[in-house]
Amino acid sequence: MVSELFAPALYESLFPVGISRYAVGGLLVGLGAAVIYLGTGIPAGASTFLESTLSYVSDQSRFQQYVSSRDWRVVFTLGIVAGAFVYALTFQSGLLSSGLYASGTTGQLYDVGGVTLWLTDVQPWRLFLGGILVGIGTRIGKGCTSGHGVCGVGSASKTSIVGVITFLIVAIGTAQIVMALGVSP
Amino acid sequence: MSQQRHPLFMPLIFVGGLIFGFGLGFSHMARPEVVLNFLQFEDFGLLFVMFGAAIVTGIAFAVMPRISDRAPLTGRPYGRRLKSFDRNVLVGGAIFGVGWGLSGICPGAAYASLGVGNVTILWALAGMFVGAYVQGYWRSQRAASETTPAGAD
Repeated sequence: MVSELFAPALYESLFPVGISRYAVGGLLVGLGAAVIYLGTGIPAGASTFLESTLSYVSDQSRFQQYVSSRDWRVVFTLGIVAGAFVYALTFQSGLLSSGLYASGTTGQLYDVGGVTLWLTDVQPWRLFLGGILVGIGTRIGKGCTSGHGVCGVGSASKTSIVGVITFLIVAIGTAQIVMALGVSP
Repeated sequence: MSQQRHPLFMPLIFVGGLIFGFGLGFSHMARPEVVLNFLQFEDFGLLFVMFGAAIVTGIAFAVMPRISDRAPLTGRPYGRRLKSFDRNVLVGGAIFGVGWGLSGICPGAAYASLGVGNVTILWALAGMFVGAYVQGYWRSQRAASETTPAGAD
């Protein structure tokens, strides 16, 4: 029964590139959030940065509540960008190698000064329109995939679990419709 | 917390962000195509990213309050991340879901995407700021119109 569930053909169709790189990456994402929590007691999420950073340029009352946290949220975000750049500098550029890294069939690799960088093929209008909805939705919904999905689920918060189930189901439905309409990439 | 911050506060936040962003790069979540492949049932690896991460934070959230009352760098009490439940969680979650399903991008992964060289992601980041501003403007106006009449004395 169990061996049937994990038949090689099925495993390959569910996980065409395996699960290791996802699991290892996920453990590191959790470790990053845990390091911040251990030192500061703050369960960090990534989407509050949008509103907190707007408080530098807007007087709207909604943004002012984040004035006290806006500096460290900028530092957190710069850390995320820098961490991903370290990944680009090492594994993506071939400086370090791992069987878990594959250059992949998506997007395009390009070189700048010996560093291998990567560009998406997803069309700008999808990114921009999707971004607007992500900006509205994560802020009204009190969190995103890191706030609700990582820290909230890690806290066994019922609100976060309901939030994650909501956005997962709607996102799957949306992506299926977009695919059925033939939008690609 | 903001008056006299511990000198290691900002460095620790940066290091945490660094590990977080490296993990997003390594797991390929910084590539919108890979997220879209998950949502289109072509590769279920994303589940291992989210639950792998939640297991690690889950251990930290469960263990730390038993070891110590307060975090060393802030004096902040250790506690779980709990948000009140209301209709907004469903409405906002659904709007986020449409955006995520359309673009394959969520906030943390979008910042990380910039780090792997994906300058095209600036479209998504610009969109997120526009969206966050629109909801913030709307909610600020609504809050003002709700409190002003009540506060007129």
